[in-house]
Amino acid sequence: MSVLEWLYTTGWAAAIRENEFAFPWIECVHVLAITLVVGSISIVDLRLLGLASRDRPVQRVLRDVLPATWTAFAVAATSGFLLFSSNAPAYARNPFLLVKFGLLLLAGVNMGLFHWWAHRSLKSWEASPLPPWRAKLAGGVSLLCWIGVVTAGRWIGFTMLSSP
Amino acid sequence: MGERVAAFCSWLELTPLSRQLQTVEWVIPAIQTVHILAIAAVMGSMLFFNLRLLGLSGTELPLDRVSRRFVPVILSAVVLLLATGVLMIAAEPARSLLNPVFQLKMALLLCALIVLWATARPLRHRPDYWSETRARGRVVRALASVSVGLWVAIVFAGRWIAYVRIH
Repeated sequence: MSVLEWLYTTGWAAAIRENEFAFPWIECVHVLAITLVVGSISIVDLRLLGLASRDRPVQRVLRDVLPATWTAFAVAATSGFLLFSSNAPAYARNPFLLVKFGLLLLAGVNMGLFHWWAHRSLKSWEASPLPPWRAKLAGGVSLLCWIGVVTAGRWIGFTMLSSP
Repeated sequence: MGERVAAFCSWLELTPLSRQLQTVEWVIPAIQTVHILAIAAVMGSMLFFNLRLLGLSGTELPLDRVSRRFVPVILSAVVLLLATGVLMIAAEPARSLLNPVFQLKMALLLCALIVLWATARPLRHRPDYWSETRARGRVVRALASVSVGLWVAIVFAGRWIAYVRIH
């Protein structure tokens, strides 16, 4: 039995399939969490691009916003996992899910590279309204990745029969 | 009233715009995607505006500056939400106009906009308005909490429109 089949047979997956309110409610939480992830991370991205919050040091914006982003991301990942397990083999065949995971991975690598680079240099430019090109690049890539994640996510829902 | 709305839905469904929206397969999810991205802009902005009102975030910034940073974003995003929402209604009028959850969502939206106006409006001429007395401090914290609750409820109602079937 594959992992996908095992997920499908777990008690919680069966419960989500059998209770008609479970799936929509988990989906509500998933959508809420994603709007909070994207809405909050875009505040950071726009600061890195020099397009908004230009009068605030970057470190301040990061400290203010990222805890909310990470909390929302944890909720989105958990609820997403539950939705996935309710029909794991079918979701795994959905090409848009692969696109979404690819974009999530890209967003993660982009974030990792930015923090690795900014770790040393941040102090020298964080107060400047227009950050250096590496920061702008990181902000732009992040913004595009998250727009892509939302788009792919909506297409998963639209191409799966179980969720309208 | 209900019959009139139903008649309006039947008429709208047959308009060329509605038919166009129904037949091109990728149009609906594309409009929904823009709608969700606009909701993300609202949710991020309203969260940090309300957290500032609650004294939980960005406290080193004056309130009127936080308001000027986020309130225009919320209002522009709401315009985009109404535009994409109208297109979704045009594509499938009965799915929303006859749906009690949709009607609830619109009522909640109206409440959320009134609360936003009530909190942001006094700051335009008096940046310290909400901290001038302790009573006002309590009022603004209550309004900010209600605002967060209303926007969360709007997102939930939005998703439930798809699950409450209208026959």
